[in-house]
Amino acid sequence: MSVHLKQDQPDNRNVLDTMVQGVIGAALPRPEGLMKVTGTASYAAEYDAEGLLEGVLVTVPIVCGEITMIDEASVLGMPGVVAVLSDERMTGRPAQGMAGEAPFQPAREVRYWGQPVALVVATTFEQARDAAKHLKLQWRVEDAPLDPKTAETEENESTRVGDLAHAMADAAHTVDVVITTEGHASAAMEPHAALAQWDGKALTVHASLQMLKFNRAELADSLNLDESQVRLLSPYVGGGFGSKLGVSQEVVAASLAAIQLGRPVRVVMSRQQVFQTIMRRSETHQRIRLAADAEGKLTGFGHEAQVSNLPGEDFAEPVLQSSQFLYAGDNRLLKLDLARIHRMTAGSVRAPGEAVGVQTVEQAMDMLAEKIGIDPVELRLRNIPEKHPAKDKPFSSRKLAECLRKGAKAFGWEPRPRTPRHTREGEWWIGTGMASAARVHSVVEAKARVILRPDATAVVETDMTDIGTGSYAILGQVAGEMLGLRPDDIDVRLGDTDLPPGSGSGGSFGAASCGSAVFLACDGLRKELAKRLDIASEDLTLKDGVARWDGGEKALNEILGSEVIDCVGHFEPGASTEDVTVSSYGAFFAEVAVNRWTGETRVRRMTGAFGIGRVLNARTARSQCLGGMTWCIGNALTESLHFDPVDGHLANCDLAEYHVPVHRDVPDLEVLLIEERDAAASPIQAKGVGELGLCGGAGAIANAIYDACGARVLSYPMTPDKVMAAMPKV
Amino acid sequence: MRPFDYQRAERLEHAAQLTAEANTLALAGGTNLVDLMKLQVETPQTLVDIGRLPLGTIADEGEGLRIGALATNTATAVHPRVRSEYPVLARAILSGATQQLRNKATTGGNLCQRTRCYYFTNIDQPCNKREPGSGCGAIKGIARIHAVLGASDNCIATYPGDMAVALAALGATVEIASERRSRSVPVRDFHRLPGDTPEKDNVLEPGELITAVTLPAPVGGIQLYRKVRERSSYAFALCSVAAVIDLAEGRFTRADLAFGSLAHKPWHDPRITDLLVGSEPTLALFDKAADLLLEGARGYGENDFKIPLARRTLAAVLCEATGVEP
Ligand SMILES: Cc1cc2nc3c(=O)[nH]c(=O)nc-3n(C[C@H](O)[C@H](O)[C@H](O)COP(=O)(O)OP(=O)(O)OC[C@H]3O[C@@H](n4cnc5c(N)ncnc54)[C@H](O)[C@@H]3O)c2cc1C
Ligand code: SF4
Repeated sequence: MSVHLKQDQPDNRNVLDTMVQGVIGAALPRPEGLMKVTGTASYAAEYDAEGLLEGVLVTVPIVCGEITMIDEASVLGMPGVVAVLSDERMTGRPAQGMAGEAPFQPAREVRYWGQPVALVVATTFEQARDAAKHLKLQWRVEDAPLDPKTAETEENESTRVGDLAHAMADAAHTVDVVITTEGHASAAMEPHAALAQWDGKALTVHASLQMLKFNRAELADSLNLDESQVRLLSPYVGGGFGSKLGVSQEVVAASLAAIQLGRPVRVVMSRQQVFQTIMRRSETHQRIRLAADAEGKLTGFGHEAQVSNLPGEDFAEPVLQSSQFLYAGDNRLLKLDLARIHRMTAGSVRAPGEAVGVQTVEQAMDMLAEKIGIDPVELRLRNIPEKHPAKDKPFSSRKLAECLRKGAKAFGWEPRPRTPRHTREGEWWIGTGMASAARVHSVVEAKARVILRPDATAVVETDMTDIGTGSYAILGQVAGEMLGLRPDDIDVRLGDTDLPPGSGSGGSFGAASCGSAVFLACDGLRKELAKRLDIASEDLTLKDGVARWDGGEKALNEILGSEVIDCVGHFEPGASTEDVTVSSYGAFFAEVAVNRWTGETRVRRMTGAFGIGRVLNARTARSQCLGGMTWCIGNALTESLHFDPVDGHLANCDLAEYHVPVHRDVPDLEVLLIEERDAAASPIQAKGVGELGLCGGAGAIANAIYDACGARVLSYPMTPDKVMAAMPKV
Repeated sequence: MRPFDYQRAERLEHAAQLTAEANTLALAGGTNLVDLMKLQVETPQTLVDIGRLPLGTIADEGEGLRIGALATNTATAVHPRVRSEYPVLARAILSGATQQLRNKATTGGNLCQRTRCYYFTNIDQPCNKREPGSGCGAIKGIARIHAVLGASDNCIATYPGDMAVALAALGATVEIASERRSRSVPVRDFHRLPGDTPEKDNVLEPGELITAVTLPAPVGGIQLYRKVRERSSYAFALCSVAAVIDLAEGRFTRADLAFGSLAHKPWHDPRITDLLVGSEPTLALFDKAADLLLEGARGYGENDFKIPLARRTLAAVLCEATGVEP
């Protein structure tokens, strides 16, 4: 049995709300949580295999050039060394998200510092690591541009409506400001790892990956294998944040080695290799121009950004994504330029685009509110456009105003124009700031199979991954609600390409896409049950394994006997999201303390209010928001990739020197989930939640810094040196 | 990591004898050394585990306190006498690293921890400290965490630790033993400036081991440790100040100060003490103290900010200690 839906129409029926099991949205714990915290959930590198060999990637200390010689003999005699691989099929970069084809090959063509070019395989990890450092290589070096400020750029995207320059000249109030952000790393806890096995015909790889359907295609293409010969297993992933969207170098290298040697091979990247070779978020240089009339209504909106990537990579950090429609302004200029430089591949890092593009607009809005002399919240409320300001498209459900109002209330926001340096506690200036949140919504094709057994248990199967987000929990809840089962009685099986291809985890679309596939499968099963009962499926109520309808009731085993039934749900996005602008929205409020002497900034509290469509699990949704807000703190205050100006290498490539926030940096975070059903978003009315929590919040912190001490810092992260330098002299 | 031999020393003389050999290093808590071995920054042929030597005690010595080389940072920081009589030391230790690391880190290892210079820890980069004569990658590179005092053209690295800064303010002494002799060196003289030999962090000779640190009799007063950093924990200092200060009748009677992360050693300038003691605390005086501290200070672009930051941090500490309103 299968059910296919291409969603061309918004679905206002809110079917899940008509169910009675009462588990959808509930704050249930993750079914796999206990396994994870007790170390019994196995991650890619933790598997074992008979005759397992260990591989270590060899990287080169040049930024651009070609490997001319790899002297295998230089290490083949070393203890335990089995082989050196430098096959043409080795990949030099990770694949971009949803590429579905091999990333950059051959690895011998070096395009960034630290690119892996070979793999040394040995009996033990220690032997392989030592030999990898001893492998003699020769190379030819080519000059390459390193500095995004001076590199050649190409126009990537632009929108021009009306005449912004004119609007600026005529406006009662204007802001014209340049703000920069530095590169970010995903810095997922679990390093990239793969364990590959080849049985002569087929390849099985335990890997840490986010999107298995695409990853299988990428790996097969890299190896010249047929997809049917490749099986990927990623039941647990220790964080991805975009860095595991595509297959990366260790997966291809381990697979090649396993095929060539006929033995299982494990390759785990060192922390330094993860930092140096996996996707970065591009640094950005952004100019924001706002023109407003005397009442604070935007008449012009300009957002121009420059980002960078390696030559040959299409991805350009989509900085302007939400700027297209977040605020009004008839005269618009949005322009994205891409500089070609030789740093490791730029790609998706959690919330690509908005994670750095909203906070800058929100700083500019704060400056505008100050000029007009109105409450920053009020300025946002006045500029929520009625339609997409450039495309004349209506919006689907949008909770921006409600998030602004409810967030302000929960936080205790004082609705007044801001004048900095109003409160001091000892050495610390105290201030508050706010920002809107926005993140485009998307859904992608997904399939899932649901198997219903007569004993009132079920199995959900899809190759969808759980990267710490809660996929196991929510998919069980969707099925439980639809089929009238307790989530505990539903076995959710994920992360295996032998299962129906889901959406994968990326772009905040996993829950809505795979949730919809499970929903459709359950819908098919409900219809089947109704058919057997000879009633309309709308008349069927399922709860706790019992079917009820007007005039009767039967337990599942009475309906099914001993039969097990199953259905594959196949969800495809259609026109429902084409005619409207679908996005999730929110608002951030932050209080900071800034040290008057040193410029050290500590976030004291933060509130986020988010409209994410239907909440599938209040606990895991909240956790996603907490994680996002924690990223806001890092983004605002500490996170920055430091590239050497001379040879372009990444200097701070471990968790001691790349500063993500530590517990002490993260105060009480308050999350408000605003009830919403977005009919256009998905058949289950859910939108994305994983990324929204970091789309703009750094701007709230920046604005709070200004409110506290009067330092308008225009460069992220706002480290003590920058805040100190921007503080007005007392 | 290179393959290496591992030996466990049972007696101090044995350990000293073993570590006198070339390419031999002592292993204490391992929190710094093992990381550097993984990166092949340190490539000892032999590791001598000194962890079983009886050097872990913290005991009264006269009116002062003797902290064994193998006492863990945690044990030292929670020691009742350290907490009540040398609070600047407890605060400095607790501001460093994380609880897990402090549980393993030792007095000797902490004093000998190596710089966090990004070029030192990357063997594919030039570094005079790691490979004398190869050049200094930091001087034209990412020098954000580097020295503004006492650097040379050969090396601009800092000593990154916290504990030693407090020890320098307290006027503590490092006890050193080798197979043949033992000696003691003031903490203030233990680390050295890079000059032409940046490969030498401190005055230890091959075969010399730290056996203890001794603190002089407690002096009381106001003891502060102020560490400026990018995040509130688990980060090395951009600049730190340890202060032992006393006042009587509105004047300084004691002003022992040391500064961290500004130089290749905890920085102590006796002229600052001379300037302050006997004077009335005022903002103008604090500025003069900063002038002395920063005389000859030089930034390397990215770390220029450390110069004003040191001035402001010093003022912050002195204001806090004296109650002067900024
Ligand atoms: C992520 C991270 C963050 C950190 N943050 C901070 C911080 O904020 N502030 C701070 O001060 N420190 C910090 N540290 C450093 C930490 O304090 C040191 O790693 C620790 O103190 C070293 O002690 P150990 O006993 O582990 O030394 P080991 O690693 O065992 O040894 C370090 C060196 O000392 C030598 N050595 C050890 N004992 C003796 C002895 N008795 N005589 C002679 N030589 C000896 C060893 O041969 C080796 O060269 C951090 C470390 C890490 C990994
Ligand atoms: S500053 Fe010192 S440690 Fe750093 S690269 Fe230069 S020589 Fe090496």
